[in-house]
Amino acid sequence: MAFENLSEKLSAAFKRLRSKGKLNESDVKEAMREVRLALLEADVNYKVAKDFVAKVSERAVGNEVMESLTPAQMVIKIVNEELTALMGGGETRLNSPSSPPAVVLFCGLQGSGKTTHAAKLALMLKNQGHRPLLVACDVYRPAAIQQLQVLGSQAGVPVFEQGAGDPVKISREAVKHAKDYGNDFVLIDTAGRLQIDEALMDELRRIKEAVPPTDILLVVDAMTGQEAVNVAKSFHELLDITGVVLTKLDGDARGGAALSVRAVTGRPIKFAGIGEKLSDLEVFHPDRMASRILGMGDVLTLIEDA
Amino acid sequence: MGLFSKIRDGLKKTRESMSASVSAMLNSFTKIDESLFEELEELLIMGDVGVETAGRVCEELRRKVKEQGVKDPNDVYDLLRTIVADMLRGGEELKIGTKPSVILVIGVNGVGKTTTIGKLAALLGSQGKKVILGAADTFRAAAIEQLEVWAQRSGAELVKQTQGSDPASVVFDSIAAAKAREADVVICDTAGRLHNKKNLMEELSKISRVIQREAPDADREVLLVLDAATGQNAVSQAREFQSAAEITGIVLTKLDGTPKGGVVLSIREELGLPVKFIGVGEQVDDLQTFDADQFARALFERQEETNETDHSDA
Ligand SMILES: Nc1nc2c(ncn2[C@@H]2O[C@H](COP(=O)(O)OP(=O)(O)OP(=O)(O)O)[C@@H](O)[C@H]2O)c(=O)[nH]1
Ligand SMILES: Nc1nc2c(ncn2[C@@H]2O[C@H](COP(=O)(O)OP(=O)(O)OP(=O)(O)O)[C@@H](O)[C@H]2O)c(=O)[nH]1
Ligand SMILES: [Mg+2]
Ligand SMILES: [Mg+2]
Repeated sequence: MAFENLSEKLSAAFKRLRSKGKLNESDVKEAMREVRLALLEADVNYKVAKDFVAKVSERAVGNEVMESLTPAQMVIKIVNEELTALMGGGETRLNSPSSPPAVVLFCGLQGSGKTTHAAKLALMLKNQGHRPLLVACDVYRPAAIQQLQVLGSQAGVPVFEQGAGDPVKISREAVKHAKDYGNDFVLIDTAGRLQIDEALMDELRRIKEAVPPTDILLVVDAMTGQEAVNVAKSFHELLDITGVVLTKLDGDARGGAALSVRAVTGRPIKFAGIGEKLSDLEVFHPDRMASRILGMGDVLTLIEDA
Repeated sequence: MGLFSKIRDGLKKTRESMSASVSAMLNSFTKIDESLFEELEELLIMGDVGVETAGRVCEELRRKVKEQGVKDPNDVYDLLRTIVADMLRGGEELKIGTKPSVILVIGVNGVGKTTTIGKLAALLGSQGKKVILGAADTFRAAAIEQLEVWAQRSGAELVKQTQGSDPASVVFDSIAAAKAREADVVICDTAGRLHNKKNLMEELSKISRVIQREAPDADREVLLVLDAATGQNAVSQAREFQSAAEITGIVLTKLDGTPKGGVVLSIREELGLPVKFIGVGEQVDDLQTFDADQFARALFERQEETNETDHSDA
């Protein structure tokens, strides 16, 4: 199936390009059409793919490339570079507060992985010698609080909950509790919500106002399709998110959503979820992700023998 | 509230839905030419229809336009809907005639399996069926407690063991309980699993074998739950789950957002699997049987039709 051989498609496109020796504009154009299709099949947002290809094309049809001895190799290199740039530079850390505790608010669509990732981050911080506090602000979903409690006890991290109360009030009191008990990180789990749900989106805005967080992390499932852009845009417009957690990267999704989310919000992907266990959390590396999206193993080999 | 009004509510707030952009695009054309097809193909891809299937839909549309001598871009709507509805129609009914029948619900993590089971139990309960829920997600934190809440809400009975026990053995117990208590339907929850994980997929095959062995003459449904926001990955999901546990139908959830879910077209094209239900919210009555015509209409709704559908849907 097309989706699985994204890197094969790219390789094929680049191979054809290579076999041509000297390139003219229409060779590049044809190759870029194939790159664009390959990106689309990996769920990269339509507009993001279009802009990306335009950028690469612009650089690729310059004299420097056309007249070089190995034009195909240069085109491939440009694709690689532009993609890495699009993914952002190096890794990014959590923001530090002027005075403790740091407050991290998790938000996102239903089922994206918020609760699991709040607990994963708690474990990571605890292992670094911090004293995190998990806060149960999903007061709607059946057994959401129990889920956080089970995960909290697995991580050995305390969970602050007040049953099905008002999430705004709960988060405010959790921060107070953290100050009293010397917790230097407060990690707030919230209910999943659609970006078009005005009441629930407003609840997030009010939590932000009440606390206020040092980080607002949008949790995005790597399998999300073209919708990822609308989701990211809406959450970002309302909340001014500080970063993204990309989850379920242990699947075979090419993670096109990652490119799109980064491109529309300009906010870095801070963490990547790579499994259901609490230890399955990584600090995000843009270069590795770029390789993953492009199936860069193959592409880099191509550059080498070009 | 029907699917239509739910989706329309979403539409009002998003300018970027496929439906809105197709509408704007068609309005901007005065005649049907090649660039209309090209733009349409792009918009279909934006709706997660997939590159190949989008191409096929446009091919069919070109043929129909030519065959019927259609000239007005506005008439493209009806053709498009007909093509899409025809692609998706058929096989929507659940086959649960025997007593008991068994429904196994599977899918990747977080798509809405447990919630769908709760809603389905309520739906079948309202049709007078006695339903038993099997808590065979023994892995995820508080998965059993979550299903327990849904059992209460839907008035179904719950069969459970403790977290960490063997899921196949919970399925075994559930079928035994159904026979003993003369239940009509057993619905088994399973843990979310990514389709590329061999051992977890093997576990599903094992569960299937238990059902086959314990209820050989029972009607069986294996429902794959897909999140409507999923992109092309849904096709790989369907393919892998299909080979582990012969799927009989799809449930498409979270359609109360924007009318996405275009990927079910690719799945129907490539694997021939019917959509049986759609999820349109988190409440107990937010499950609807799939209606191909309505779905096609929601995917390609004319903007000026909003009022008209208000009434037809009430
Ligand atoms: N394979 C895999 N599964 C994950 C990952 N992160 C979370 N999950 C699973 O995804 C499902 C949903 O995770 P949750 O943490 O409950 O998601 P949520 O966003 O809190 O969901 P709601 O509260 O219902 O909106 C669970 O089955 C998790 O075990 C990941 O990185 N990889
Ligand atoms: N908006 C909306 N949310 C839904 C729908 N169906 C399920 N959800 C939500 O999606 C989230 C995940 O649902 P679950 O039923 O726990 O999903 P699951 O597939 O059982 O998840 P795991 O068991 O962790 O793999 C919950 O927050 C549900 O309330 C739907 O049709 N619309
Ligand atoms: Mg949660
Ligand atoms: Mg579940």
